[in-house]
Amino acid sequence: MSWYAKISALIALSGFCVLSAGTSAAPVAGAPSELKIGVVAFLSGPASGPFGIPSRNAAEVWIDKINREGGIGGVKVVPVFTDEAGPADKVVTEFRRLALDEKVSAVMGYISSANCLAVPPVADELKILTILSDCGTDRVFEEGKHAYVFRTNSHTVIDGVGAARYVLTIKPDVKTIAGIDQDYAWGRDSWEVFKRSMQKLKPDVEVVDALWPKIFAGEYSAEISKLLVEKPDVIFTSFWGGDLVTFSGQAKARGLLEQSTVVVNNTGADLKDLAPGMLIGSRGPNGIVSPDMAKNPLRKEFIALYKQKYGLAANDYIAHGAYHYVQALQGLKAAYEKAIKTAGRWPTTEEVAAAFTHSEFDTPSGRVAMGIGGGHQAIQPAGYGIIKFDSALGVNTFTRIEMFPARCVNPPDGMKSLEWIDKGFPGAQC
Amino acid sequence: MDKRLRAIAVLLVSALLLLVGVPLLLSGWLLFLLTVASAKALAVLGIVLLLRGKLLTFGHALYYATGAYAAGMAVRYLGVHEALVLLALALVAGVAMGALLGLLVARYRAVYFALLNLAFSMVLYGMLLKLYNVTGGTDGIGIGEPTLAGFRLGGNALRIAMYELSVILTAVLVYFTHRFFVSPLGYTLRAIRDNEVRVEYMGVSVWRAVYVSYIIAGALGAVSGCLIALSVGHITPDLAFWSQSGEFVFVAILGGTGSVLAPVIGSVLFEAVRNYAFELSPYTWQMTLGIVLLLIIFFLPGGVWSLTAYLPRRSSR
Amino acid sequence: MRLLLVVGLDGLAYASWLFLVSAGLTFTYGVLRVLNLAHGNLYALGAYLGATFVMRYAATGSTPALTYALLLLAAVIIGITVGPLIERLFLRRVYSRDEEVQLLLTFSISLILEDVVKLTWGVSPIFAELPYTFLGRVRLGGINYAWYPFLLTAVALAVGGLLWLVVTRTRLGKVLTSVITDREVSLTLGINVPRVYTLAFAAGAVLAALGGALTAPMFSLVPGVGAEVLVTSFAVVAIGGLGSIGGAALGALLVGLARSAAVYFFPELDLFAIYLIMAAVLAFRPQGFFGEVEVRRI
Repeated sequence: MSWYAKISALIALSGFCVLSAGTSAAPVAGAPSELKIGVVAFLSGPASGPFGIPSRNAAEVWIDKINREGGIGGVKVVPVFTDEAGPADKVVTEFRRLALDEKVSAVMGYISSANCLAVPPVADELKILTILSDCGTDRVFEEGKHAYVFRTNSHTVIDGVGAARYVLTIKPDVKTIAGIDQDYAWGRDSWEVFKRSMQKLKPDVEVVDALWPKIFAGEYSAEISKLLVEKPDVIFTSFWGGDLVTFSGQAKARGLLEQSTVVVNNTGADLKDLAPGMLIGSRGPNGIVSPDMAKNPLRKEFIALYKQKYGLAANDYIAHGAYHYVQALQGLKAAYEKAIKTAGRWPTTEEVAAAFTHSEFDTPSGRVAMGIGGGHQAIQPAGYGIIKFDSALGVNTFTRIEMFPARCVNPPDGMKSLEWIDKGFPGAQC
Repeated sequence: MDKRLRAIAVLLVSALLLLVGVPLLLSGWLLFLLTVASAKALAVLGIVLLLRGKLLTFGHALYYATGAYAAGMAVRYLGVHEALVLLALALVAGVAMGALLGLLVARYRAVYFALLNLAFSMVLYGMLLKLYNVTGGTDGIGIGEPTLAGFRLGGNALRIAMYELSVILTAVLVYFTHRFFVSPLGYTLRAIRDNEVRVEYMGVSVWRAVYVSYIIAGALGAVSGCLIALSVGHITPDLAFWSQSGEFVFVAILGGTGSVLAPVIGSVLFEAVRNYAFELSPYTWQMTLGIVLLLIIFFLPGGVWSLTAYLPRRSSR
Repeated sequence: MRLLLVVGLDGLAYASWLFLVSAGLTFTYGVLRVLNLAHGNLYALGAYLGATFVMRYAATGSTPALTYALLLLAAVIIGITVGPLIERLFLRRVYSRDEEVQLLLTFSISLILEDVVKLTWGVSPIFAELPYTFLGRVRLGGINYAWYPFLLTAVALAVGGLLWLVVTRTRLGKVLTSVITDREVSLTLGINVPRVYTLAFAAGAVLAALGGALTAPMFSLVPGVGAEVLVTSFAVVAIGGLGSIGGAALGALLVGLARSAAVYFFPELDLFAIYLIMAAVLAFRPQGFFGEVEVRRI
């Protein structure tokens, strides 16, 4: 080639490089062709309606958005959806299938507390980045260390502590409380946290009853009768899904709501199905937010995207599981980007995990900090409100919204939740 | 070739394939699938054993959970981590439970036998769920990584070891069940299926045959549960739920009741079908499973094992 | 004293519901000797269809009084379409085979129907409250009760009474009894046994769907509701004796009162009151209260 031709080729080549660098994100060195992420949620069974399907749908729209904006580190995200249903052996088999057969780079999801306890040891064994996205049990990081596992939403302690604090805000002179919870681990944990918090915050409160109907029993006439006889000031329940809707309907029809104030620690049902007057929590600023938080641009974007694909009621209410799955994706994205920046190339799983630990990132529910559990467990504020029927919109909305700051309703790093409550919430910043 | 030599050769080749070839050739996930399928096959074997006496149980998950929780309690309260010790404990628990409940259950037949077992398994489920502080309730118990004969393995080595343990134990127990079937007690069980009144008239104790068979089936279920606990690493009260019992019966019919190997084939097939149902149609996997079962019922009444009848057979001339 | 009244009323309410959802299962077993594992799904279909009718109707704003008829209509529709479909297309082919195979057939149909319901109605809870709230409340024993569960009591009595009348006083009842007692002899007598079977299965399906339809206004419907009901029905039917309607009533009453008492006096036992009773009754009387002991033919 002549000298002239070589120079022209060189100029053209560099021009082309400059142009392409400007128009598309140059993939990071060592990047895979796609980033496969396993997304696990309940697609069947009673938990699919209030939690599983909204979570899965939210993950889908948010991954689409992430891909439209160039993916993570320039790499397209490909979700692999699977059903969380089945006993522990099925769930663990599915996890292994995602990791070993589908060869995903990370697994996110899990709504059931039992699964959130079964999966982490396997994640550690297979060295797969795992982001628990919705489950509540505080045990995951309080009873073990897991290098590859993170939870990007607050655990259930904020539900109970938040409920207690909110009850005392709305009804400061409460004298008697009762609980009606589904008889299973999370129901027991929820009641325990609330009860102890109430007893610490107002020592003269009296617990008149604790009822334990079978989960998915559906029939509560005997329990409601007993509560009508006992007339407690406040009734605490951790019911969710169909059980909560049934309880709300039956309680309203029999006038229980006129006698006692009902507080629900973690609404797992659509607002339209619940009776006005109930106090509701949402495990974080998800469906229930103060006007300030409603202005969050990420939040507006999420609601718009979700509404466009799946439609929403006039109150724009989306189940908290959906917000949690988006949080998980935001956390994952932030961790990857930080790790890429640090390493200068596509990071290893360990490098991403290191970046995830103690990280902070923005989500539709505000800024989330991986503040406890050795930097693996997120802390969030607890939002509570009272359901009221908005006649203008024609749907249920919230009133008297209170947000309790994250450091008020979460135990400090390294302290077990029940111990923290029993000691009188040391270090709480309310 | 001499028939005996041929049998040994077949045995050696299959042992080599299963114990060495499979772990080397198959992916980690398929290996895990086979570990679980092989472990569950033992519970299904228990069902097939009882079916030989026309005793269908809807509560075999009772023994499955007994074995798993015997191991779980030992891990949680006694700090035991040795797999062989846990298996022995599970076996003892299964035999004890079978011996106790069998006293009552062995008197009944047909649908009452099925329902009584169901009732007991649901009572166990309720207890495991309720005694939250002892059993961990629905959160379950984490089993952690077991040691094998004192050796502490990790990661992939442990997975292979679990696979080997599962396959070897299953093979041993399948052989044991085969010996049982060709023993006097085994034949008594078959006779009971045909006509138990005549068996009684012959002077053979029907009750005793059923009682012993029940205990053996229970023991198989318990070992199965313990193996699952060791492989999966986490146990929950769902192990005792009636749908788990239903799954075992499903697999028994899927595989067929014609041979001791049928439960193993059925179990592997079921795990494979269920996983692909999840993969291909995660929203409608139940329907997929139901359709498969319907097809088996109508077109393969003897289960998958009946297909072996079509294998070319050396005719004896 | 007042407490006993309240326990009794709640027990009665729960027992009525239990009887209505279990009657179909025991009836089907009584005539066909088949334990229909798809019973829970028939219940779910009746419930979901009934709920749909009520909600569509409620949107028109007409008088709520007709919603009860709509529930009944939904149950009948499900019963006379899905019932004969299952019996003719599937069940009929396996009568000659072992009991286990029949059970597995109904089990596989149950799996399929579970997803059919999910595909048709989705996964969000559906609560067609109108018939429940329309009847309002009544003050008994010093607290508010909803009238609706006592409507169920009336329906339960009506259903029980109707079944008893049909079986003992009508010609159809005599034909049914004949088929129950001895199928072969009935055939030789000229009774069209296959048609009787289809009819009986359809009736059982209507009963199951009726249980579901009448329950829909009381509980919210979610996927998996059928499976919950199935186990509960099993327990009640086993206690009362398979095939006996009177037994189902007695079993329902026993379990209803026991659970109600448990809630008041031993709340921790709520979860497995029903299974404890089932195990206790079956341990001493394996055929249940009114079940027949099968005579083994040599």
